[in-house]
Amino acid sequence: MRAVEAVETTAEVVDLATTPLRELNRRLHSLAGGAEGPRRWRVLNPNGAHAAACGLDAEIEVEIEGHVGYYCAGMNKLATVHVHGNAGPGLAENMMSGTVMVDGNASQSAGATGHGGLLVVHGEAAARCGISMKGIDIVVKGSVGHLSGFMAQTGRLVVCGDAGEALGDSIYEARIYVRGSVAALGADCIEKELQDEHSAELRDLLDRAGLDDVDPSDFRRYGSGRALYNFRIDNAGAY
Amino acid sequence: MAADRPWGLRESYLFDKHVIAEIQRAAEQGIYDIRGFGAKRRLPHFDDLLFLGASVSRYPLEGYRERCEMDVVLGTRFAKKPLELQIPVTIAGMSFGALSAPAKEALGRGASEVGTSTTTGDGGMTPEEREHSKLLVYQLLPSRYGMNPDDLRRADAIEVVVGQGAKPGGGGMLLGHKISDRVAEMRDLPKGIDQRSASRHPDWTGPDDLEIKIGELREITDWEKPIFVKVGATRTYYDVGLAVKAGADVIVVDGMQGGTAATQDVFIEHVGIPTLPAVRLAVDALQELGMHRQVQLIISGGIRTGADVAKALALGADAVSIGTAALIAMGDNSPDLDEEYQKLGSASGYYDDYQAGLDPAGISTQDDELAARFDPVLGGRRIANYLRVLALETQTLARACGKSHVHNLEPEDLVALTVEAAAMARVPLAGTSWIPGTGTSA
Repeated sequence: MRAVEAVETTAEVVDLATTPLRELNRRLHSLAGGAEGPRRWRVLNPNGAHAAACGLDAEIEVEIEGHVGYYCAGMNKLATVHVHGNAGPGLAENMMSGTVMVDGNASQSAGATGHGGLLVVHGEAAARCGISMKGIDIVVKGSVGHLSGFMAQTGRLVVCGDAGEALGDSIYEARIYVRGSVAALGADCIEKELQDEHSAELRDLLDRAGLDDVDPSDFRRYGSGRALYNFRIDNAGAY
Repeated sequence: MAADRPWGLRESYLFDKHVIAEIQRAAEQGIYDIRGFGAKRRLPHFDDLLFLGASVSRYPLEGYRERCEMDVVLGTRFAKKPLELQIPVTIAGMSFGALSAPAKEALGRGASEVGTSTTTGDGGMTPEEREHSKLLVYQLLPSRYGMNPDDLRRADAIEVVVGQGAKPGGGGMLLGHKISDRVAEMRDLPKGIDQRSASRHPDWTGPDDLEIKIGELREITDWEKPIFVKVGATRTYYDVGLAVKAGADVIVVDGMQGGTAATQDVFIEHVGIPTLPAVRLAVDALQELGMHRQVQLIISGGIRTGADVAKALALGADAVSIGTAALIAMGDNSPDLDEEYQKLGSASGYYDDYQAGLDPAGISTQDDELAARFDPVLGGRRIANYLRVLALETQTLARACGKSHVHNLEPEDLVALTVEAAAMARVPLAGTSWIPGTGTSA
């Protein structure tokens, strides 16, 4: 670990080539509850490390210079984590608040079970993006893989590209917006009218994701048909 | 005609009265039977084993005089703060949602009074539960209902639930009529809808991923908390080996007799293996990896008495968990409530409709009026009493076998009453040296 100069004068730099991941996470955790310490961090040489910058609970900014493995920014609270590379499975899983951004692609289960905050993927997201989401907002500039939004409970999933098979399968009250094509909708997921309130929330989400050149009117909205909320034998074929 | 020739009537073994009733019910309702409780069929169990008390070749410890220790430490492999229990009996995971808030509180009170742990469930951690549980294990389930990093850090241990004995390979289910405002809010779902919990975790698949997932949980909690992995008993030898490889501190194996709040009857009765063979298979895996007693083993599924506890320990478990028995100890299925059970189409001793939310005991319900009937202080006292009896019974049997610690019980202290139990527990059939299936004699 070393303090560096120039543009990094206020950033604490941690080089994972020489510093154990456990040490990085421990130092980031020590800032919880408003404790004193650096507010800006740069992480060098992540080299696909798993669980990088997970469990954060402070209003800090963490820039990760490279690719990360599984569960980067897992269970994030308050912090802004920016990955300048690709991310492995479970990116920002169960995030509570804050912002997580990835310049490249995200592997499967990005934003899984997230309760809050904003996840932005500038590349593509693989299968199960937003699976079982519980309030998180996810914006994907590219496309998402199959079973995205599976059992999504609340929150918004915005896909600027295409969506794979079984989009929104068994979805509850989450809202899904897709600009491109949808390979197939999952059980009880239906297209719904894009009303003014939806265009407005879409505009807000796109702006927050830095995609102010994308037009909300190009999107279609999907959500629950609410036909499977309570089991009825006549619906058995839909399960 | 029946009155004329009562002995001429012959009930079919294949189509007995229960089977006939179930076929008729299915034809009428068009849906499978969903219920609570655990397997009700006859299964090889700890009842089929007996202890060989000390005699000329071994000498016993003096009851009430010589100490027989019972303490157990869980999570010694990696965790900075292992769980230190006074007795080798813990309370299994049961959700707020399935159980009322006062019932969850009582479990915490009772467990804390005797120095053992209790466990959350599929629905998150309630403040009452945390406040009244000195040692609380926080479950990470596929649904992740209520999961959050604050509770993760507030917990004393974390249990990654892969499956449970009542339904290995199946997800959870909480029917709409049990979804109160509070349950709905904790689970981020609308009130009144059926809550189906997934059967697979949303962000990992298979043992290699599990290892990475456990790594993340350790990183989030700065390597403080013991991490349990719970599996329903099926391919137990392999599952336990893989959980060890994935880095578990503690492995929980739940046999098919393990209870549930709501599962299809066909699942409860026909999936998984009994607790008895599961213990042996789990211990085999731990011993072969050189991890027996390094990675602790908790066994659950049909634990009712100190005899069950002692036999599970003798076969190599470090501790056991109770669920159904704890509910009964708190007042579930009480004869005092028989009239009310009858009104629900059941009877005391038979009640298993935990899914319905109409429990007159106020335990498996979210109805405020019913829940208010249950006194968490009294319930906690009853849990503590029952746990003490389990502990005393376990000690009694261990002393009789000459053991100064309950963990010193061993398979050599046991014989089996049936060929099946002898084969599954791998102890000799009583009066013989025959252990079926091993090709060897004891």
